[in-house]
Amino acid sequence: MDRTKIDLWVGIFVALGVAALLGLAMKVGNLTSSKIGETFSVTAAFENVGSLKPNAPVKSAGVVVGRVDNIKFDSKAFEAVVTINIDRRYSFPKDTFANIYTAGLLGEQYVGLEAGGDEDELKNGDKITKTQDAVVLEKMISQFLFSKASETEKDASAVEPKANAKSTELGDAPF
Amino acid sequence: MIKSKLLNSITRTLRGVGHRMVERIWRLGAGARLFFLTIIYSGESFKRFHLTLREVYFTGVMSLLIVIVSAFFVGMVLALQGYNTLQKYGSSEAIGVLVALSLVRELGPVVTALLFAGRAGTAITAEIGLMKTTEQLSAMEMMAVNPIARVVAPRFWAGVISMPILASLFSMVGILGGYLVAVPLIGVDDGAFWSQMQANVDFRLDIINGLIKSVVFGVACTMIALFEGFDAPPTAEGVSRATTRTVVISSLTVLGLDFVLTSFMMVI
Repeated sequence: MDRTKIDLWVGIFVALGVAALLGLAMKVGNLTSSKIGETFSVTAAFENVGSLKPNAPVKSAGVVVGRVDNIKFDSKAFEAVVTINIDRRYSFPKDTFANIYTAGLLGEQYVGLEAGGDEDELKNGDKITKTQDAVVLEKMISQFLFSKASETEKDASAVEPKANAKSTELGDAPF
Repeated sequence: MIKSKLLNSITRTLRGVGHRMVERIWRLGAGARLFFLTIIYSGESFKRFHLTLREVYFTGVMSLLIVIVSAFFVGMVLALQGYNTLQKYGSSEAIGVLVALSLVRELGPVVTALLFAGRAGTAITAEIGLMKTTEQLSAMEMMAVNPIARVVAPRFWAGVISMPILASLFSMVGILGGYLVAVPLIGVDDGAFWSQMQANVDFRLDIINGLIKSVVFGVACTMIALFEGFDAPPTAEGVSRATTRTVVISSLTVLGLDFVLTSFMMVI
C-alpha cells in the first residue's frame, strides 16, 4: 500500500479517535454542564454536613448556581466550614438560608440556598450565618421511636394497669 | 539410599524453581533495558514520522474493526444485563450511568488492551521474531542502522498513540450500543438516559483517568510484544512460543496494572 493511502487512513483513524473523545466529553461527561464562569466564594458553618462532598451542586429553587469548593473542620467551634463557589451572575441577600438536602431518598447531598429579605448582598468571603444541618436518618428514626414510645407509655398509664400487664405477657410491641 | 534420593529430588526441584526465578528476573531486566533504549533512540521515529505512521496503520487502523464490533456488543450486553438488575429497584433510568461508567472507567481501556494484545501484539512479536530469524536485524546492524531506532521505536510509539484512540472509540461505540438496547428496545426514556449519564460521569475523574489507563496499557502491551519478539530464539518454534507468551503476559499485566491504577485513582 502506498504512502499517501496510509496517511489518509491514519488521518481518518486519528480523527475518529478525537471525535470519540469529544463525544465522551460533551455528550457523556459533565464538561458542558459543570461549566461555571466567574464565581465568588462564601462560607457556611454547619454542625453536621452528613455526606456532603466537594464539587457537590449548590442549588437555589432547584437551579444549580454553584458548587461546593471544600469542606473543613473548625476545631475551635467544632463545626464543619463549607466553602461554596457561587456563579457571579447570581446574587443573594445577606440573610440567605443554607440547607443541606438530599436528592431523592438515597441520592447525593447538595446545598440548597433560600433567599432572605435583606437588602445587602452576599459578597466574596462573606459567611452565611443561617444554616440548617443535614438530616441524619438514624437521628430521625430514633426521635420517631422515642416519641412513639413516650406516646404508648402515656396510653398505657391512662388505661388500667391490668391491661398493661396483659400486653407484656403477650410480648413486646414497641409501637 | 532412599533418603539421598529424596534429598536429590528436593534439591532438583528447588534448583529448578530458583533457575526459573532468575530467568524471570533476567528477562525483566532485559525488557527494562530495551524500554530505555527505545526511549533514547525514539528521536528517529519522530524525525522520520512516516515510519511511525505506517505502524499506526498496521496496529491501529487494522484493529478498528475488531474493536468497534466488540465494543458494540459489549455495550449492548451491559445495557441488557444492567436493566435486568436495575428494574428490580425501579431505577431503570440509571442504565445510562451504569453503561457509561463501566465502559469509560474499566471495560473501555481493559478490553481494548486485551484485544490489542491479541490483534496487534502478536503481529509485532511474530514480525520482529521472524526478522531476527531471517537475520534482517543483524543485516541492519551491519549497515550501521540501529534496529532499535529503525524497527522497535516506531512500533512502540505507534502502539502508544493507537491505544488511547482505540479505547475512546471503544467507550463511545459501546455507549451507542447500550443506547440502542436501552432506548428503542427496552423503552427507557431518551432524556433520562443522557441526562443521568451527564450528571454522573465526571470528565476529569472518569474520562481522563480512563484515558491515562489506556496510555499505560499501550506502553505495557507494546513493550511486552516488542521485547518478546526481540528476545525470541531464532527458530520457528521460538517465534511461536514468543507469540503465545506475548498474549499471556500482556493479558496478565493489563489486568494487574488495572487494579493498581484503579486503586491509585480511587478518591476516598
